[in-house]
Amino acid sequence: MSVELDPAALAGHVDHPERVGFFTDTSVCIGCKACEVACKEWNGVPDDGLEFLGLSYDNTGSLGADTWRHVAFIERPRADDRAGVHWLMSSDVCKHCTSAACLDVCPTGSLIRTEFGTVVVQPDICNGCGYCVPACPFGVIERRETDGRVWKCTLCYDRLKGGMEPACAQACPTKSIEFGPLGELRARAATRVEQLHEAGVSEARLYGADPDDGVDGFGAFFLLLDEPQVYGLPPDPVCSTRDLGRMWRAVGTAAVAFTGAVAASFFGRRSA
Amino acid sequence: MPGERRMVPDATPQSYYGRPILKPPVWKWMVPAYFFSGGLAAGSSALALGAQLTRRPVLRRRARLVSLAAVTASGAFLVADLGRPSRFHHMLRVVKPTSPMSVGSWLLAIFGPTVGAAAMCDVLDVLPGVGDAAGVVAAAFSPAIATYTAALVSDTAVPAWHDAHSTLPLLFASGAVASAGAVGVIVTPCAEAGPARRMAIGGAVAEVAAAKVMEDALGDLVGRPYHEGTAGRLSSTGMRLTAAGAAVIALVGRRRWAAAVGGASVATGAALSRFAVFHGGIQSAADPEFTVTPQQHPVSAAR
Repeated sequence: MSVELDPAALAGHVDHPERVGFFTDTSVCIGCKACEVACKEWNGVPDDGLEFLGLSYDNTGSLGADTWRHVAFIERPRADDRAGVHWLMSSDVCKHCTSAACLDVCPTGSLIRTEFGTVVVQPDICNGCGYCVPACPFGVIERRETDGRVWKCTLCYDRLKGGMEPACAQACPTKSIEFGPLGELRARAATRVEQLHEAGVSEARLYGADPDDGVDGFGAFFLLLDEPQVYGLPPDPVCSTRDLGRMWRAVGTAAVAFTGAVAASFFGRRSA
Repeated sequence: MPGERRMVPDATPQSYYGRPILKPPVWKWMVPAYFFSGGLAAGSSALALGAQLTRRPVLRRRARLVSLAAVTASGAFLVADLGRPSRFHHMLRVVKPTSPMSVGSWLLAIFGPTVGAAAMCDVLDVLPGVGDAAGVVAAAFSPAIATYTAALVSDTAVPAWHDAHSTLPLLFASGAVASAGAVGVIVTPCAEAGPARRMAIGGAVAEVAAAKVMEDALGDLVGRPYHEGTAGRLSSTGMRLTAAGAAVIALVGRRRWAAAVGGASVATGAALSRFAVFHGGIQSAADPEFTVTPQQHPVSAAR
């Protein structure tokens, strides 16, 4: 596929604004968690438990119904034999996939594609069927058991409508979270990877910037310093509905077999 | 070994503190219970149509009633599992072919009432023409009801479900045939229960075979949850009950008590098999290895 998909137009938005997203450059993340806090404050996200997880400085754990930004902390022994550790820190968020499985499988139409190309849950529609939860290849969306509905990052839909940037991006002190039109972000990210490679950081790589990947590109992509799974991200995520045609064909075959089996059961001796 | 290319991927793939990448399904026992009751309702409606067309009035009436009971339970299971049960009708806000759950909701919205009409006309002895017409419509929808749930679980990121998308529909279809035959055998006098016996036996054989084919096709890694823990126990117990029940029906199925025992065994086996698939998915989502390794080595991980 060489033509890049325009998700807002595919969803029926006419004269829609440019597609926006996040470029999270983890090479400059300092693990301050201002993004987590700003997100909770702005969006009124409930607490996700005051728990000590014992996972480095990470006491949040993962994205979920009550965590829409999550800063991961990975401690590594230094490569140069010096004392101390080498840190990997990364602020994770909903990827706002171009081909979003959560949105595809939602039976109520609660999950929608906005005019900005983002994916948003409408809380007044969601009936908590939970289908989007295992559909997400990143484990982002989750049901809040206290209220029965699913929740996730909205990319601050309300702020976007007001011409503002999302709360996490505004709060980030190092510009690790950059917000803007997706095309611009991708160009900036490509330059940044080149810079890092020239500076000898050969492990720097973009994750989710390729519109030809299994979800047709992320709306929120990353610059990582190790394999994605080290950060708790799937290495090659796929939107499950990509295989839906094959699934329905297999269902059709099985439906024919079902009909044949029942019909065949009526052949034979009457008294049998 | 020096000079040799390593053919095996790393035994311990990297992960973030071993935490799962996927969120486990939030569905509770009502969902696999629905997979069973939906299949039973579908199979029974098909059985009822066969009885209707071959003039077996007792089998027809009993199968229609079983189908009504099963489809009623199905609706209750599905609503009870919602996070917001009072919003169940939001399922019929939109028609979305990309969502097997949306497709299924619409199928059930047609199937359920026709099953009810067929059964009620029969029991109340009114409007036999309407009852028969409703029976035809219900049976026409039954193959879809019996199988769409396989697409529903396959259309997720859960490896043990998604990668089974080509074989799971056959497992669910054979489970539906087996359980409807089995319950038909239990509730129908032996003289009219011939087709139900054949459905129970044929469905049971197909179910055991389909489970084997599915697990083999998934391979060692992605298929592993079906052999381990809760899913593994449910699967092996279910298969044994299915096989034993089918043998009982085949050998002594013309005796009423033996038929009832065999039928109960086959039906329980079909139910356990759905719970095995459900728990297999939960176990598959819980371990990051099942998510990461096939994505890193798409060729070596069996499709």
